[in-house]
Amino acid sequence: MVQTMRTSLFITCYNDTLFPETGRAVVRLLERLGVALDFHPEQTCCGQMHANTGFRGEAFCQAKRFVRLYKDAESVVIPSSSCVAMIREQYPGLFEELGNEQLRRDFHDLLPRIHELSEFLIDRLGVEDVGAYFPHRVTYHASCHGLRGLHVGDRPFRLLAKVRGLELVPLDNLERCCGFGGTFSIKNAEVSSAMLAGKVHDVLSTRAEYATALDNSCLMHIGGALHRQFTGVRTVHLAQILASTEDSPAEEIA
Amino acid sequence: MSNVILDPRVAPPFPTAALPILRNAQLRKNVAHATGVIQSKRAKLVAEKTDWQDLRTAASAIRTHVLQNLGPYLEQFEARCTAAGGVVHWAADAAEARSIVLDILRQEQASEVIKIKTMTSAEIQLNPALEAAGIHAIETDLAELILQLGEDEPSHIVVPALHVNRSQVREIFARRMGIPDLSDDPQALTAAARAYLRQKFLSVPTAISGANFLVAETGSVAIVESEGNGRMCLTLPRTLITIAGIEKVLPRFQDLEVLLQLLARSATGERMSPYTSLWTGVTPGDGPQRFHIILLDNGRTSILGKKTEQQTLKCIRCAACQNACPVYLQTGGHAYGSVYGGPIGAILTPQLMQMEHAQSLPYASSLCGACYEVCPVKINIPEVLIDLRAKVVDRERAETDRLLDPMYLGMRIANNLFSSAGRFRAAQRLGRIALRAFTGKDGWIHALPGMGSRWTMTRDLRGLPSQTFREWWETRRKEGQ
Repeated sequence: MVQTMRTSLFITCYNDTLFPETGRAVVRLLERLGVALDFHPEQTCCGQMHANTGFRGEAFCQAKRFVRLYKDAESVVIPSSSCVAMIREQYPGLFEELGNEQLRRDFHDLLPRIHELSEFLIDRLGVEDVGAYFPHRVTYHASCHGLRGLHVGDRPFRLLAKVRGLELVPLDNLERCCGFGGTFSIKNAEVSSAMLAGKVHDVLSTRAEYATALDNSCLMHIGGALHRQFTGVRTVHLAQILASTEDSPAEEIA
Repeated sequence: MSNVILDPRVAPPFPTAALPILRNAQLRKNVAHATGVIQSKRAKLVAEKTDWQDLRTAASAIRTHVLQNLGPYLEQFEARCTAAGGVVHWAADAAEARSIVLDILRQEQASEVIKIKTMTSAEIQLNPALEAAGIHAIETDLAELILQLGEDEPSHIVVPALHVNRSQVREIFARRMGIPDLSDDPQALTAAARAYLRQKFLSVPTAISGANFLVAETGSVAIVESEGNGRMCLTLPRTLITIAGIEKVLPRFQDLEVLLQLLARSATGERMSPYTSLWTGVTPGDGPQRFHIILLDNGRTSILGKKTEQQTLKCIRCAACQNACPVYLQTGGHAYGSVYGGPIGAILTPQLMQMEHAQSLPYASSLCGACYEVCPVKINIPEVLIDLRAKVVDRERAETDRLLDPMYLGMRIANNLFSSAGRFRAAQRLGRIALRAFTGKDGWIHALPGMGSRWTMTRDLRGLPSQTFREWWETRRKEGQ
C-alpha cells in the first residue's frame, strides 16, 4: 500500500522523554505504510498536566504554542489519546476564554486534522491490517480518554485482530479507570493505588504476557505495578505491536 | 459510634479521610457489591430504552432552562403552592432553614417528628438541631433508620446505608430494638423495621420530607421512593414540612414525564419508582392539613450564572455518578466529608461552601469521565472538576507560602521548560543524569524522594532511556535515513 501523505508527528512530552520506543515504533509503522512523517523540533507538551491540575494560565501557554506550531500541518498524528482529548475537549474552552480570534480560527481549522494513532490508521489511511506480527498473548486496556473522550470504539481491537500471531484476551472491567489520572496518582496516591490494584488483578486474570493501550500514561501506571510485583507481565504501546514484524520484532524494552 | 464527619467545614481533606476506609475490608466489599448490583440493573434498563440519549438531551435542556429562569419559576411555584393552601418559606442558608423548621415544630408543640430520607436535611444538619431543641427525629427510610440506630452517617445519596451489610444491620437492630434473636434474613429485618416504625407513623402528627421535584406550573411537589414510608409520612400526619433546594423546580407538570423515567432507571435500576407521590398544597379532609415548604438557597445562587459551574445545579440526585465512579468504589461516600459524596459531591460541596472549604474534593477524581457518561442530565462533571481546580489554584498561588510548595514550584518550572524546546531538551538531559542515582541495576527506579515517593510507594518507574525520541530523530536524520 503506498500513500503519499505528509503527516506531522506530535510525540508528546512524556513519550519523548520516557518512552521514545513508542515514537520510534510510530515512525517505523507509518513509514512502512507509505506516510511521509516529519517531526517539528520545537514541540514539547500539549498542556494537559497543567490544565488538569488547575494551572490554566500555563495550559494557555502550551495550547497557543501547539496551535502555532501545527497550524500549517497537513495532518497531525499523536500516539496518545489523552493528549488528543486535551486538544479536542479543553482547547476550545481555553481559546474562547483567551479571546484571540486569530488563534481560535487557526485552531478551528486545525482540529479536524488532528488524529490519535488508531483513528489515523483506520479513518485516514483506511487500513486495519498493517502487516504486523506479534506472537504473544495480549490484553488491551481501554484508556479513559480513548474510550469516553475520543470514542475510539473498536478501532484498536480491529487493528489488533489483524496482527498475525497475536492472541487477544479480553480484559474484565474494560471501562474502568486504572487510577492514573495524572497528578491524581500523586495527590491521591493511596486511592490511586487501590484502583490500580483492581486493574492489576484484572490484567493478571487474563494470563496475558503483554498489556497494551493507546496511552503510555496508563501503561506507565499499570506497568509500574506489574514490575513492582514481579508479575512478569509487560506493557507495550499499541504502536509497538503494530510496528512489529517477523523481520523486525518489537524493540526489547527494559 | 461513627467517627465520620460529614461537615465540609471541619472534615479532613479527602486523601486523609480516605486512608482508614481503604483499610476497611468490610466497607469496601459492601460498597463494591452494592454499586455493582445497582449498576448492572441500571445498564439493563438503559439498554432497553431506545430513546435514552434523547431523554438525556431533553432532561438536560429542561434543567438548563430552569436554571436560566430560576427566579420566575420559583415565584410561580410560590404563588401556586400558596394558592393551594401551602405556606412557602425562603431560607438563605442552613441556619435560617433550621430555625424555620424549629419555629414550625414549636408551634405544633411537637416532641417527635417522622422523617423521609432527605439529603437536604442532612445538608443543613437538621437532626442535631432538632435533638438540641428536645425534638426527637425518627428516620423512617430503612437505610436512614439503620444509620440513625447505628449512629452512623449516610455514604450515598440514594442508598445511604450502602456501606452496611445485612449482618451489620441485624446487629444494629437486635441491639437497638431489643430483639436479641433477630435473624439476618432480609424479610425478618424488614419486618422488625416495619413493626418499629408502624407505631410511629400512626402516632406522630408531624413529618419532614425533602423533594425530588417542584412543579412551577401547578405548585406541586413530587417525591419518589421505594418503601412506602414516604407515602405514610406524606399522608398520615397533620402537618408536613418539606425542605427543598431552590434548584429542584421544573417548569411544567409534563416535564416529570422526562425526569421520572430517567431518575428511576439511573437511581435504582427500576423502570418506575415503586412510589411516586405528588401533592399540591393542602386538600381539605385528605392528608396533612398544614403544609410548609422551605425553599433553601444555602450557596446555590452563588453557583448560578457561572458558565461552566452552573450545570452542577442540573443534578436530580440519582447517584448514578457515585455508582459508576472508580474512586467512590474504593472509598464510599464518607471520605468526601459531606452528605454529597462521589463525583457530584466533589463538585457540589466545594461550591455550596463557596470554595471556602472542601478544596481537596475537586482533586478527588482521576477525570475518567464515567460520571459524565451515566449522568441522566448530562452534567459534564470532569469539566466542572477541572474548572474548580483552576479556582483552587488561582486562590492558592497568591499565597506566599506556596512559592516553595513542590507542586506549585514544579508546575511553574515545567511550564517554563515546555515553553522552549531548547530548555526542554536541556531538562531531559539533566533529568537523565539526576535520576541515574535512583535507578537500579535493572534499569528501573524503585524509590524516589519527596513527591516522587508518592508514586514509588506502589509503582516502579522505568529509568530514563539513554536517548530521547527527539535525539533519535535528529541522529537518524543526520545519518540520512
